[in-house]
Amino acid sequence: MTTLEQAISLSQHRSPVSRILNSQIFWVFAAAVLACLALTLMTDSFATQRNLFNVTRNFAFVGLIAIGMTTVIASGGIDLSVGSTVVLAAMVISVLMSAGSPFWISALAALAAAAAVGFVNGLLIAYVGMPPFVVTLGMLSAARSLAMVLSNNKMIWEFGPDHDLLLWIGGGSTLGLPHPIYALVFLAVLMSIVYRWTRWGQYVFAIGGNEQAATLTGIPVKRIKVSIYVFSALTAGVAGILMAGWLGSVTTNLGQAMELTVIAAAVIGGANLAGGQGTALGAVIGALLIEVIRNSLILLGISTFWQGMFIGSFIIIAVAFDRIRNLRSAD
Amino acid sequence: MSRLRLTGISKSFGAIQALSDVSLEVAPGEVLGLMGDNGAGKSTLVKIVAGNFRPTHGSISIDGDVVDFHRPRDAQRQGIEVVYQDLALCDNLSAASNVFLGREPRRPFAGIPLIDYATMHRRSAELFAVLKSETRPRDLVRRMSGGQRQAVAIARTLLSNAKIVLMDEPTAAISVRQVAEVLDLIHRLSDQGISVVLISHRMPDVFAVCSRIAVLRRGQLVASKPANQSSPEEVTGLITGAIETA
Repeated sequence: MTTLEQAISLSQHRSPVSRILNSQIFWVFAAAVLACLALTLMTDSFATQRNLFNVTRNFAFVGLIAIGMTTVIASGGIDLSVGSTVVLAAMVISVLMSAGSPFWISALAALAAAAAVGFVNGLLIAYVGMPPFVVTLGMLSAARSLAMVLSNNKMIWEFGPDHDLLLWIGGGSTLGLPHPIYALVFLAVLMSIVYRWTRWGQYVFAIGGNEQAATLTGIPVKRIKVSIYVFSALTAGVAGILMAGWLGSVTTNLGQAMELTVIAAAVIGGANLAGGQGTALGAVIGALLIEVIRNSLILLGISTFWQGMFIGSFIIIAVAFDRIRNLRSAD
Repeated sequence: MSRLRLTGISKSFGAIQALSDVSLEVAPGEVLGLMGDNGAGKSTLVKIVAGNFRPTHGSISIDGDVVDFHRPRDAQRQGIEVVYQDLALCDNLSAASNVFLGREPRRPFAGIPLIDYATMHRRSAELFAVLKSETRPRDLVRRMSGGQRQAVAIARTLLSNAKIVLMDEPTAAISVRQVAEVLDLIHRLSDQGISVVLISHRMPDVFAVCSRIAVLRRGQLVASKPANQSSPEEVTGLITGAIETA
């Protein structure tokens, strides 16, 4: 006969298999694999090398920023300004390069511009105590406007002496994999380690779990919050630079509405909008699922106008699942 | 020599006199029950000792040395730890992570300081053993009972080698069985020579665990006497004012 204590310890220490079956990341990954299989059978165009190349590259951009977003969400915040940071960084690098600056200096300037956006976000949120939603919503408008001012709202497609280098970095591939994928894998591995094994990572989750407790234990909550928003903006900056190289031209509508796709990817990947939870792997897999679905809409001939519907529903459904799980565990 | 000595502590907030001329001593390993009605000044007194407020008049001394706290950090450095009513734990982290939060031991790996989980788990297991609690270092705080959460909060104070632990209503919102657990934890602290100041409304808890009882009424200390020379009836009378002083 099992005693109550044994039953409790069983429910608390599940076997590895049941732990995998209980993880959201596993099911999202399974859904993405199923969608890929279905598309391979239903269409001739999905499993072509060219389409897969496009899918992997597109999802890398969303995945990169989703890792930054997961960090913000895990700390209990939100960053709506990432889409505008993408276009600002892309515009800074393209304006500088078309004026003749070398790639590396322009790229550093683009990252500095992105970091500045994150820094202002972080200062207003951590030190002035404004709600992240409001601050980053304002920044969503301000940063894109800055990109328009910078470029005079013109398309830029000539990138000066390092033109080919930029196109190779963003749009090229090595060993059959597009370069953005390398950036994504590197960042995902790095942040998986950082989340678990560094104080900074622990404090991100502590702040998301109970900000007051984090403050009482002497964690420099404000400084860490600023660094979180800078990090998120930097991931958007890197994505912006890579996207400029991939597209070969930059317009001011680059990255528009990308914040929602990124938030959806993070939330589908297990980041909890209430704070305290999220993984880098989850962000990547969430981004993968979204990109596969987006791609399937195109391949199946469904109007791309439905995309917003899917992304919006995804966010709501993922949060609804979270609510249901919380209600169950509260019983 | 007394571990903690308050001499003539007064505190006013504008025209409101929250505490007037409170003098109190706590011996090493002593458990002092601080009682009083809402607004009697218990929380103000605790906040002064914890460094949240500075007294308007009076002095605090620890082991005979006069101390002056400007910030909670100053009090922590002198070995004063507070266990908050809402426990100030992060639900999403493990017991060990909570015990070490803000003080994680690190070990360099390829020159990068990474958190040393092995040490954290071992040390927290030792602390839980000292507290005779069944809390497991790797368990998430979210899945813990109220008593286990208390053990985590109290293990934090052991880790910092506290001299004085201030506890604000630790038994207010937990089940009867867990109350017994928490009272045991307080005994363990006392066994370690740590002085405990316990604020509680629950008369049975105070008499079960405290060696001395102090009563505040409208900012004044009306009694400070050994628990075995008092009774719940007398303390109730002191709190309400039916008995003037004792």
